[in-house]
Order: sequence, then structure tokens, then C-alpha cells
Amino acid sequence: MLNIEKKLEGKDLNVALIGRLDTVTAPELESELSSSLDSVENLVLDMDKLEYISSAGLRVLLTAQKTMNQKGTMKLINVSETVMEIFDVTGFVDILTIE
Amino acid sequence: MFEREINKANASVLELEATVTNLPKVLQFIDSNLEAAGCSLKTQMQIDIAVEEWFVNIAHYAYEDSTGMATVLMEVKGDPAAAYIQFVDKGIPYDPLAKADPDVTLSAEERKIGGLGIYLIKNTMDDVIYEYKDGHNMLTIIKTI
Repeated sequence: MLNIEKKLEGKDLNVALIGRLDTVTAPELESELSSSLDSVENLVLDMDKLEYISSAGLRVLLTAQKTMNQKGTMKLINVSETVMEIFDVTGFVDILTIE
Repeated sequence: MFEREINKANASVLELEATVTNLPKVLQFIDSNLEAAGCSLKTQMQIDIAVEEWFVNIAHYAYEDSTGMATVLMEVKGDPAAAYIQFVDKGIPYDPLAKADPDVTLSAEERKIGGLGIYLIKNTMDDVIYEYKDGHNMLTIIKTI
């Protein structure tokens, strides 16, 4: 299960991810992002309530990062220790902006 | 440092069609066994990720365009206790350990989308063993809990 809560203010989009970002739910986030990023320049992903991420979720983050590199910024906030370890092992700590 | 074999007589067994829709059933089976063994949440997440990566791989590729069955065996044993999880399928032979690791030092632009799943399994589990025997792919992952 994944809940996606979006808040758009001008060109800033804040997306809170609640639950699990896995093979089953990653396509939901992918389609949410691909339909919302057009006018967005600053994307913030709030990971506070993200409990789990697998490679399917990592792939969506990588695609979003590539999209935002073309036109603005993307950052992740409130990343938990366990999710951070997955970013560490996969080298995603160096690709993503994590605050 | 680990025994390399699952003892089938002591293992919990789940047999089901290898499809992505069945992934939650597999994780539920794994998690209930891990919870009964007193596994920490952090280790449980790492094991769940490894299980997801491999089960989804079987679902997507083992039987090419058709679907087939997968068997998941799980045993917790040893001191310190370790989880042994074995996946068995009758699909095309595929040794994930023979595959080159992705370059995890590349930038976002240079990164390819695939190859991370196997890498995650290899780098978060204590041991990963692949065997092809009697027409079966058998992958065993071992992780101290």
C-alpha cells in the first residue's frame, strides 16, 4: 500500500509518500509524477512515512531525478535510517539530494 | 560460516504461481516466519527486499511469456539464528550471480534503470547460493537475524 499526498504551490511540488514503495506500488508513483511534473521546478519528496523501498521504487526515483535535472531541483526530506541504508548500498546517496 | 543447505523436513513451504500479484502473499509468508523468530524490523526489511527482487525476477523472466509455479522454502536455524530462504522454479536456467554488478558510482544521467535488484540481494544478504539441478533453478539467500 502506498498513499501519495501532493501539495502544489506555484512551481513547488511537495509529495509525501506514505507506506511502501515496491514492485506493486511504484507504478502508481511513476504515473502520479509523470502527470504532475510539467510546470514544476522544485520537487520535494517527503519520506517521513515511507517504510520500505525496493529497486522498483529506486527506479522511479532515478527517473524523477533525471526529469528534474533538466528543469529544476529535486530533494528528499525526512529519510529514515533503514531507507538511507538502501540508498547507501546502491550508490543512490550520491545521485539524490537528501536533506 | 553457514550451513549451505535448507533442511526440507523442517522448512515452511509456500507454493504458488509466480506472478507479481502474488508478491504480497510471499512477503506475508516470509514476514510471519521472521516475526515468529523475533527478527528486527530493519533486517526484516532487508530480507523482504531481497525476496521481492528475486520473486519478481522469476515472475517476469523465468517462464518468458507464460506463467509457472514457484516454491518458496523457509527455515530459521543456527546460533546466531539465520533465515534460510530458497526459491525454486522450473523456468529457463538463470544464474543471477554470474551477472556483472552495475556501476553504482555513476551519476543519475549515466545510470541505467536495471540490474539493481540482484545487486541489492548480493549486498544485503550474508550469503547467496545458486544451483541448477534436475531442471530447477534454486536460489538460496541466507541472512543472520
